[in-house]
Amino acid sequence: MVATARPGKDFKVIGTRPVRHDGLDKVIGRALYGADLKLPGLIHGAVLRSPHAHARIKKIDTSKAEKLAGVFAVITGNDMPLAPSKVVDLVEGAENMRYNSDKVMAQDKALFKGHPVAAVAAVDQNTALEALKLIDVKYELLPPILNVGEAMAKAAPIALEDLTGNHLGKKVPHTNVASHNRHEFGEVDKAFSSCELVVEREYELATVHQGYIEPQNATADWNAEGRVTVWTSTQGAHGVRKQVAGVLLLPESRIKVVPMEIGGGFGGKISVYLEPLAALLSKKAGRPVKMVMDRRSVFEATGPTPGGRVRVKLGVDRKGRMLAAEADLRYEAGAYPGSPIARGMTCIMAAYKIPNTRIDGYDVIVNKPKTSAYRAPGSTHAAFAMETVVDEVAERLGMDPVKLRLLNAAREGDRRPDGPRHPRIGCVEVLEAAMASPHWKSKLVRKGKDGRVRGRGVAQGFWVNAGRESSVAISVNGDGTVQLVEGSTDIGGSRASIAMQAAEALGIGAQDVWPIVVDTDGIGYTDVTGGSRTTYATGAAAIKAADLVISEMKKRAARHWNREPGDIAHGDGRFFSKSDPELKMSFKELSARLGETGGPVVGVGTVNIPDAGGAYGTHIVDLEVDPDTGKVDILRYTAIQDVGKAIHPSYVEGQIQGGAVQGIGWALNEEYFVTDKGAMANSSFLDYRMPTALDTPMIETILVEVQYPTHPYGVRGVGEVPIVPPVAAIANAIHDAVGVRLNQAPMKPGRILEALAARPAARSNGRKA
Amino acid sequence: MAKIPIQFTVNGEPREMMVEPAWTLLRTLRDELLLTGTKEGCSNGNCGACTVLVEGRSVNSCLVLAPEADGLEVTTVEGIARNGKLSHVQEAFVQEGGLQCGFCTPGFIISATALLRRNPNPTEEEIRLNLAGNLCRCTGYDKIIKAVMRASAAMASGGAPAT
Repeated sequence: MVATARPGKDFKVIGTRPVRHDGLDKVIGRALYGADLKLPGLIHGAVLRSPHAHARIKKIDTSKAEKLAGVFAVITGNDMPLAPSKVVDLVEGAENMRYNSDKVMAQDKALFKGHPVAAVAAVDQNTALEALKLIDVKYELLPPILNVGEAMAKAAPIALEDLTGNHLGKKVPHTNVASHNRHEFGEVDKAFSSCELVVEREYELATVHQGYIEPQNATADWNAEGRVTVWTSTQGAHGVRKQVAGVLLLPESRIKVVPMEIGGGFGGKISVYLEPLAALLSKKAGRPVKMVMDRRSVFEATGPTPGGRVRVKLGVDRKGRMLAAEADLRYEAGAYPGSPIARGMTCIMAAYKIPNTRIDGYDVIVNKPKTSAYRAPGSTHAAFAMETVVDEVAERLGMDPVKLRLLNAAREGDRRPDGPRHPRIGCVEVLEAAMASPHWKSKLVRKGKDGRVRGRGVAQGFWVNAGRESSVAISVNGDGTVQLVEGSTDIGGSRASIAMQAAEALGIGAQDVWPIVVDTDGIGYTDVTGGSRTTYATGAAAIKAADLVISEMKKRAARHWNREPGDIAHGDGRFFSKSDPELKMSFKELSARLGETGGPVVGVGTVNIPDAGGAYGTHIVDLEVDPDTGKVDILRYTAIQDVGKAIHPSYVEGQIQGGAVQGIGWALNEEYFVTDKGAMANSSFLDYRMPTALDTPMIETILVEVQYPTHPYGVRGVGEVPIVPPVAAIANAIHDAVGVRLNQAPMKPGRILEALAARPAARSNGRKA
Repeated sequence: MAKIPIQFTVNGEPREMMVEPAWTLLRTLRDELLLTGTKEGCSNGNCGACTVLVEGRSVNSCLVLAPEADGLEVTTVEGIARNGKLSHVQEAFVQEGGLQCGFCTPGFIISATALLRRNPNPTEEEIRLNLAGNLCRCTGYDKIIKAVMRASAAMASGGAPAT
């Protein structure tokens, strides 16, 4: 269902549902992913990883491995150039190249289980794995720090010894807290004292993984001239180039990164892991080296999203108006600074207008893999806390939870509690659409089969979205089609969404635009596919390139007809003379005359868009709890979202459905089981339980279009916010079903049974029918 | 390790080759026969990205040793389309948007093909059950399920099936 809240102009291509340009290759098995790559002389690399979560590396003896027949090269931390401290912005987070280098290959200390300590390149995969067994590493074990409580305890062991923390602007040595920041408006403590009702709760979330099905991979060829080519699965080839340059101390111009087809990323394929190692091994071996991670290494050593704690305190007057709110967020950064704490702080109260707010955020080092972005990074944690507290406030005031949110909803011009004022947003519109939705208006049958009980929950989510830098080049072919060259990796349909925007501007069909994602030598700088920025910013670059093509083609039409350029107009896919209506030509007809009117036409559009329209989503869930087993089944799920303008509504729905199901997994099943030694005990898809087709219902979607004025077609990013509300919505629905509020995710059967056993005999049921 | 000979049929073509006893069928297809459409996501039978048809049944090719395929008929995603024409299942995945990154797609195409050959008119629940061995992290399964329903309807309406 698409509901246009503020209609824009009429579109010919935008809003239609053509088939994706990459669809055919993907259904016949011809799309080429990194692991599919074959090259002449290719050899294979493998990584030796630390079995300890925190240990000093005393000595590494690689001599036996080097002597094994078939081994070409062995590297350790000693082979890594000493990358200086340099922060590289990767849109979904920034990374210091010194830490990035240390993460890729441990120098002095292993900081998480799975931390690379050596790597081998050999004639084949098995020989490389054999060689790893011959490497002897002596460790001095250190006590692992496994959560924010341990990390922030007095006399805690220190993971990163050279870290200087920034605590509210003060430099603090010898700490596991990389940063503590605060946003504060109004007089929070005073405002709480005048509230009719104050609810304060603390929440805990486990570490979860992005769970892309394609493991990380990288192939590198360091040639005799010192030029490096890297083929990899990445959300941003230019981002990989920056990192490989930063870690290996090479000029970016000597590195070419070729983005292969990417098998899912969700934020987890922005940081490099294997790329610098493959490059160094290739340099040493004189051959191209291919490395593919196994699933266990993906879980143990690539960026999960943090576990952490969030405390929220919310005060309202007797009508439910929010007067004061306070939040304290502590996220595990993993082994190096850089959890998505800043975004958690941005998002936690962004759905509300609250006059007095204070938000504290801590980025905390623990002996776990360095966390990476994961779809709306940091916001899901925040929403779990905020949105269940809001639900409890509604329950205690006897208010409809959507009405309470509407009463306090953020609007354009309101101050977001982290500082900026809201641009045009659709917070109110999505809540109104939720209220009017068939799902919210339907009656919930509370009794399930065999004693199971049902509940309904709702939650709101916000993601800030990004703009940033993109480049697009469009060249016109003689047959009226165009090639669209872009640097944005296509993860979920962006070839189609970019091509459609170009087609709209050019006045041709979506299938007449052939979009191609090229390597870093083939297109100008383009930021990662992340931050829900691609359809928005790369789309804007494509429109710019298309406008340049049209403007040049008008000149060609003028030349062809012997008219002044100002006499030529373009509309409805045609060029025509304003003064002589007889003179008109289709895009296709004119494209056949480019040679004779001055040569090929190529338009290049580049953008750097500082802001973006944030996205709001309201999710409604009906579920069933089995009080005997604690198992939860999702019965019905509706996601309502402000999508700006849906370029390809099916693919927008696909983003929302995929994000919602990841959120369902986060809410109910997914977590890292970490032993007291810091080892992940469930590093397989059997034991790290992601939702299957059998665990999920159809995900109903309602697209609300509150067009964002900065983009020519009103686009705002859609990919990330759908993961934000599910955990809270499910917690609220569980409460509605069985009267217990869970403050830990995942809400697995054992936890639900424990909560049921602990509840008072009299059951309170919050939601009014 | 000493190699042993096997003979099998891959996508309708008879093949004779020497394999190491420890090679999986997946490795043999991908690295020896260069049929890289079949994907490796977990190497232990949990994700379904490596699903192929062996004698018409869907199996995880990462859990089958190459010598076990001796004498058998194997179909990979590359063998589903016939004479350049997509099967109903492939066509439906493209039309419904039943894929995003595409990495799990070959496995889903195979599992859905096996299901519809056995049961041309499955219920939603039967589709979900039969695809539960294939993980997809992008789509939330919604459009995959709809694609299989669409393929089933297309088969029923009598279009020339390639499956």
